[in-house]
Amino acid sequence: MFRLLEQGRSGEDAVTIDLDGQPVRARAGETVASVLMREAEAWCRATPVSQARRAPYCMMGVCFDCLMLVEGEGLLRACQTYVRDGMKIRRQIGARHVVPSC
Amino acid sequence: MMASQATTAVIGGGLHGLACALALAVRGQDVVVFERSWVGRRASGATAAGVRTLGRDPAEIALSLVALERWHRIADLVGDDCGFHGSGQIKVAENPAEMESLAERARLTRDMGFDHEELIDAAELRRLVPMISPHCVGGLVARRDGAADPHRTIAAFRRTAEGCGVTIREGIAVTALEPDAGGWRVVTDAGTWQVRHVVNAAGAWGGHVCRMIGEPIRFGYKASMVFVTERLTPMIRPVVSAAGRTLSFKQSSQGTLVIGGGLQGSADLKTGVTQVDFHALAKGAQSARALFPAIGTVQVVRAWAGLEGAPADLLPVIGPSVRAPGIFHMFGFSGHGFELVPVVGEIVADWITRGRSSHDIGAFDVARLSL
Amino acid sequence: MLKPDLLIVGAGPAGMSAAVVAARAGLSVMVVDEQPTPGGQIWRGIEANAGTARGRALGAPYLSGLATVRAFRESGAVYWPSTRVWQIEPTLRTYVTGPDGTLMIQPSAILIATGAQERPAPFRGWTLPGVMTVGAAQILLKAPGTVPAAPVWIAGCGPLALLYAHQLVRLGGAVAGFLDTRMPAPLAGAARLAAGAVLRSGRELAKGAYWYADLHRRAGRYVRGVVDLQALGTDRVEGVRYRTADGRVEEVETSLLLIHEGVVPELHTARSLGCQTRWHAGQAAYVPVLNEWGESSVPGILVAGDAAGIGGAEAAIQRGRLAALRILSRLGRLPAGQEGAEAACRKALARALAPRAFLDRIFMPRENVFLPDDDTIVCRCEELRVRDLRGALSCSVGANQLKAFTRAGMGPCQGRQCAYTVASLIANVEARPMGDVEPFRVRPPLKPVRLCDVASLAEEAAPP
Ligand SMILES: Cc1cc2nc3c(=O)[nH]c(=O)nc-3n(C[C@H](O)[C@H](O)[C@H](O)COP(=O)(O)OP(=O)(O)OC[C@H]3O[C@@H](n4cnc5c(N)ncnc54)[C@H](O)[C@@H]3O)c2cc1C
Ligand SMILES: Cc1cc2nc3c(=O)[nH]c(=O)nc-3n(C[C@H](O)[C@H](O)[C@H](O)COP(=O)(O)OP(=O)(O)OC[C@H]3O[C@@H](n4cnc5c(N)ncnc54)[C@H](O)[C@@H]3O)c2cc1C
Ligand code: FES
Repeated sequence: MFRLLEQGRSGEDAVTIDLDGQPVRARAGETVASVLMREAEAWCRATPVSQARRAPYCMMGVCFDCLMLVEGEGLLRACQTYVRDGMKIRRQIGARHVVPSC
Repeated sequence: MMASQATTAVIGGGLHGLACALALAVRGQDVVVFERSWVGRRASGATAAGVRTLGRDPAEIALSLVALERWHRIADLVGDDCGFHGSGQIKVAENPAEMESLAERARLTRDMGFDHEELIDAAELRRLVPMISPHCVGGLVARRDGAADPHRTIAAFRRTAEGCGVTIREGIAVTALEPDAGGWRVVTDAGTWQVRHVVNAAGAWGGHVCRMIGEPIRFGYKASMVFVTERLTPMIRPVVSAAGRTLSFKQSSQGTLVIGGGLQGSADLKTGVTQVDFHALAKGAQSARALFPAIGTVQVVRAWAGLEGAPADLLPVIGPSVRAPGIFHMFGFSGHGFELVPVVGEIVADWITRGRSSHDIGAFDVARLSL
Repeated sequence: MLKPDLLIVGAGPAGMSAAVVAARAGLSVMVVDEQPTPGGQIWRGIEANAGTARGRALGAPYLSGLATVRAFRESGAVYWPSTRVWQIEPTLRTYVTGPDGTLMIQPSAILIATGAQERPAPFRGWTLPGVMTVGAAQILLKAPGTVPAAPVWIAGCGPLALLYAHQLVRLGGAVAGFLDTRMPAPLAGAARLAAGAVLRSGRELAKGAYWYADLHRRAGRYVRGVVDLQALGTDRVEGVRYRTADGRVEEVETSLLLIHEGVVPELHTARSLGCQTRWHAGQAAYVPVLNEWGESSVPGILVAGDAAGIGGAEAAIQRGRLAALRILSRLGRLPAGQEGAEAACRKALARALAPRAFLDRIFMPRENVFLPDDDTIVCRCEELRVRDLRGALSCSVGANQLKAFTRAGMGPCQGRQCAYTVASLIANVEARPMGDVEPFRVRPPLKPVRLCDVASLAEEAAPP
């Protein structure tokens, strides 16, 4: 849906995150939501109420529609979560499931 | 100006006031309920809505068991199941010493002739609550206990009461009660009413009403806190508390965890403003996490503190006034009155209409608190 | 527990400017902001963008932020980035969570400088992936520098929409069409306001007029007086349907729709503390009740910047400074030689606010901006539609009871996206003015906080 203005400046400022098992290239210092908006599947979760798909809406932390599962950290606002190399991000389908081992 | 008339005025549109108004209307009375703000604004709307006979004060056990049976057939009373689930309540022991104290409690209730509290071992605990931390060694369970949906309960009681002819006046506070020709003049900030009987169901303000009729009592209040998390997939069915901690833990039908147990915030009775104290709430979060280690990263979405009246013995005041004939009390449920909602209103209605009730309410006599 | 003289929430123009004044005068100042770098909304990413082509394209008002950020960095104020304030109690005890965990802070005074959010304006389909706010797109433009992959449709009204379109085009993006939802302007009154405004702030207005003309020229289409806006699609946006001023229903295909209906103050923080608020009809928003220094009705709590009422960045700077001066004098720490400072701030503030009434008027959102049709989702979190709420309204009084009955406002956003619509529905059903309707009570925490973060506080010593 969105594209980077300055393409291809490879090297130090590139990191790779794991989005639902797929490696996705990202700029160091950008948010998970911002990476997501360049993906073909630009949505982040299916709601716990009706399983409707949602995507980031406000990008400034006030709509809470961009909640995604950041492994080990819980359901966080993707627009307030900054990428780290190797970060595992999952789209949240329905309500969150907690398991005894986590 | 002519005063409006009714047989009985109920002060307080909480669940107990509504339930009593309903019982009176069913008994043929013309009833008006005065509620200072709106129905369910106070304890009844803030409640965690646990339906618990487990661990009750011995004085309350018999009454609570009657109420519990009513909860299992609550639709007969108010035409809606009120979201009630009888999935049990469990008090968990985390070490042998706590287990021994639960065993002692079980002996005590058995000796009194009750069999609703049952000691369970670690395996049965894990079967009932698979998510419980492995360090827990057993518990005490009341299998027919459970929880309901407070707002559905309020809506159902309100609807049924109004359907039976009860008049509910919201946004009206009772400011004085004056004896008058065999009855009472109820002075409100929107006119005066003339009635035969008055029910004091004013919750945290029950003591204020007592003062209006020259019956001052020793009476305090609690500002219990509750917090609620994001929605989760179903993870637990019974309501869990702990022998060694201030905790009550359950999952609502929406999937949110509702965590409370009596941790205290602060409140101002004059303004009715309550304040959550997160430093105090931290202990509740810590307790919840100790019993359910998996929920550490779950988000806390809302928290509040609710006001409820509480005498020092944490037992309610139920029954006729000793000094003012025609006034009947039902308030001060001390943080565990939701469970009693289906029964206390009927008791008070029986006292009003027949001068007696088949239930023993001696322990709840207002005289014990006289100043 | 940390006990600074002053805690500032927000490192935007208002918060930074206040911090500079207070810290230079010798107060211990802590500034907490959720973002990783200072700048707030207008100057987001300024330190990284200054000196780049992108920075230049974002314009002079953007670049001007660098000086304020530098002064702030050098001021001696303790700055905690990536840290969120999630609760303030009336005793001023404040709870924050950041890279160093969760902490309690007990300051002597608090300045709320939390800025604004875009006005939540529900319409059919606004929850679909592919609908986002103009502000959101602008955030993506500022960092990491992304633009819509295809020419974009923008709907709504407000200066930010014009500014974004202008910045987007300068950076090589394209606007497919602009759907202007303003009602036909009530020209007579506006002209009078305009005359006054031009006298005092001609340059800003000329800039606005230029953006406007630029948009007209460059947008593929410019449609005026749009009503009944609707985003189409099931799992994502596939198109937009709307009615034009002359009654025609049109549909366009697009996978991205940007929406903007102006900005409103961030009021959650002030309201959670019980600060008095009022309805500001001219800005179609609730604002806190403040004195001329920014002091709220709660002792020790001040509000500055757009959180105090929309005024823009320059007004935010001046209000921030005034608040800092007030705190200094309240604490008896106003340094000698500051006598002129107040007058200078007030003069600059008046200048900055001069065009406000005019801007508010020409960008006044359409009358039913908070009153969508029955099918529209109001509460995004609990997925409640206007219909559901109208049904419940027949047997409830007020927003708080409606919330109890329907769960509207109980989700993670805590009513930030539905409070206005709910208040407006109540006003509509009960035929009362908005000013008479009390919006939801704000329940803590201000933003969701993890259970483990709350639990970690149990280890901290009990505060006095
Ligand atoms: C946070 C919390 C959690 C709880 N959890 C549980 C639980 O899990 N299980 C359980 O069994 N119980 C629980 N309780 C207790 C239970 O909710 C209460 O005991 C019960 O709701 C009390 O109902 P009530 O009608 O007596 O009081 P309220 O609901 O407080 O009603 C009293 C009403 O009287 C009105 N009033 C007062 N004075 C006047 C006046 N002068 N004129 C007009 N109106 C007046 C008030 O506005 C108020 O609405 C909890 C309570 C709280 C606060
Ligand atoms: C999305 C958006 C984009 C905008 N873009 C522009 C623009 O490009 N040009 C322009 O002239 N105006 C813009 N505005 C208008 C803008 O509000 C003002 O120009 C100016 O930024 C206001 O300054 P401020 O200091 O009052 O608040 P802001 O600049 O908004 O700063 C508030 C700061 O508070 C922080 N904050 C809020 N709540 C918390 C919390 N609980 N804990 C920690 N930190 C918190 C935020 O992260 C933010 O950094 C924009 C507004 C919005 C909403
Ligand atoms: S996109 Fe709105 S909170 Fe993240």
